[in-house]
Amino acid sequence: MKVRISDDALAIACGADAVAKAFSDAGSDVERVSSWGMHWLEPLVEINGIGFGPATPADVSDILAGVADALCIGPVAAHPFIARQQRLTFARAGKTRPLDLDDYYATGGWQGLAKAREIGPSATIEALITSGLRGRGGAGFPAGIKWRTVAGAQADQKYIVCNADEGDSGTFADRMVMEGDPYVLIEGMAIAGHAVGASKGYVYIRSEYPHAIAKMEAAVKACAHLIAPFDVEIRVGAGAYVCGEETSLLNSLEGKRGEVRAKPPLPALEGLFGKPTVVNNVLTLATAPWVLANGAEAYAAYGMGRSRGTMPIQIAGNVKYGGLFETAFGITLGELVNDIGGGSGSGRPVRCVQVGGPLGAYHPPSQFDTPFDYEAFTGVDGLIGHGGLVVFDETVDMASQARFAMEFCAAESCGKCTPCRLGSTRGTETLDRVLAGENVDANLALIEDLCDTMKFGSLCALGGFTPYPVLSAITHFREDFVVRNKA
Amino acid sequence: MSLADILARHKGREGPLLPILHDVQAEFGHVSEDAIRDIAHDLNLTRAEVHGVVSFYHDYRSTPEPRPVIKLCRAEACQARGVEALVTAMTPNPAVKVETVYCLGLCSVGPAAMVGTDVYARLDTAKLEALVKSL
Repeated sequence: MKVRISDDALAIACGADAVAKAFSDAGSDVERVSSWGMHWLEPLVEINGIGFGPATPADVSDILAGVADALCIGPVAAHPFIARQQRLTFARAGKTRPLDLDDYYATGGWQGLAKAREIGPSATIEALITSGLRGRGGAGFPAGIKWRTVAGAQADQKYIVCNADEGDSGTFADRMVMEGDPYVLIEGMAIAGHAVGASKGYVYIRSEYPHAIAKMEAAVKACAHLIAPFDVEIRVGAGAYVCGEETSLLNSLEGKRGEVRAKPPLPALEGLFGKPTVVNNVLTLATAPWVLANGAEAYAAYGMGRSRGTMPIQIAGNVKYGGLFETAFGITLGELVNDIGGGSGSGRPVRCVQVGGPLGAYHPPSQFDTPFDYEAFTGVDGLIGHGGLVVFDETVDMASQARFAMEFCAAESCGKCTPCRLGSTRGTETLDRVLAGENVDANLALIEDLCDTMKFGSLCALGGFTPYPVLSAITHFREDFVVRNKA
Repeated sequence: MSLADILARHKGREGPLLPILHDVQAEFGHVSEDAIRDIAHDLNLTRAEVHGVVSFYHDYRSTPEPRPVIKLCRAEACQARGVEALVTAMTPNPAVKVETVYCLGLCSVGPAAMVGTDVYARLDTAKLEALVKSL
């Protein structure tokens, strides 16, 4: 009997290896596959398409005997959490063995690269522009335009750099691509290389992702002959959040301190080692094969407004049904949190959701009708960032969350620019005074002024976006601050 | 593996400093002043430049850590799932080094922790205590 269990780091952290071993010991043929992304069910066991989860080694005999009704979720692919999604970037999630080239080929692998080679670089870039695909790292810059800039630059060497420094809390889509479908990312990088005339690619993966690093190293070796003359090398970060910022990442790749560079020059013209460089997020590059293989119009048919296609949204934090939910732009925040996420995991009322990582705003339920769309979130003083949602229940203290945002910025600031380096520390101290009840109104006015300086004076998004969580907490949850007032 | 072996292994690589430092850290458990001097010499950098890189990144240690290290995620998603209560409830254990890490990408099943490359999720006080004890 064939038993499918994920070998994704999250499944492993939830005990998948022990469950897999128990099935092997019981004589089953265990196949380690990627994760479906229904994280509350991990370790999820799939037998003939029927799912059981979350499973423990003690459940194995019942599952094999067909009496594990309490764990049975029925056909996995028909589960509402999966059936409601529109999976393009994550089309293979749960279905293939991550490092198996036959599985990849059998599920449409390499078709995008073949198409790019057939139609040539300029038509490939044209397709990406037509698709409307925007940078999924957070900035949302049109990927095709970036590729066209690099393609038009004259240089003896160009680079494709994949930003896999997924440091935002509440995000794990990059990790799931690298661990679950590594070839799709490599194929995307090869397409980019072909399109812009780059022969070398680097994947910069954060050191907190050892499983992703191992999978990507193995995948690069296994498929080198299929992407040649393009060549991909894996590089590992060293625990600096700021290296997710593209110019800081380039400095880190060059072996320097991960300090942010002033722009211009754009990395597209003077990037890695001063050469024209495409820096794209994992999700952006991993979507390129689908766009090429299925057509730019087909991709652009999904979405709303200027946010075309789909977004792999990551539902996390205190939520009942957390996981990876890829869907067309336009779904509302409330649908994601309540209908799909099932509300808080604790069962208490949801107080807020932080969208877009540690630099994203805290949104109260009154904003739950906001559609998931770059411009719509800008319109409510927020950002969608890398698509992570962190749900908090009513026990959260928003004054502490605001302080944490400043503290995090202070801990991770690269130190290059003053508003971020000093502003975050002064901000933490000022919020400490607020937490202690000292002149709360006056200190909050100071914080608002400081946030203005950080927002407009910082070199990059770390200092520039830290005001989003801070100000949204003050704006929407002022009661958590003023209640401390002793003055 | 000696430092010379590590340096030889990365000869000719573009931007070799971080890969070298990762290997040195993995092999010796820290990046010593002596190692910084030799790496600087080999790469034709100043010691200040190499020291600047070593001190910038959280992963590199200037002194060895003899105790087992557990990296506990205390970022927002794990906060929302109660990690701070775990930290408060933890019995101090001088034999284990508890470090804070901001995000392990296990944000839907936190609180989460990592020991070496082993990952742990859905931690509660009892599971965390048992994990710390097992190190």
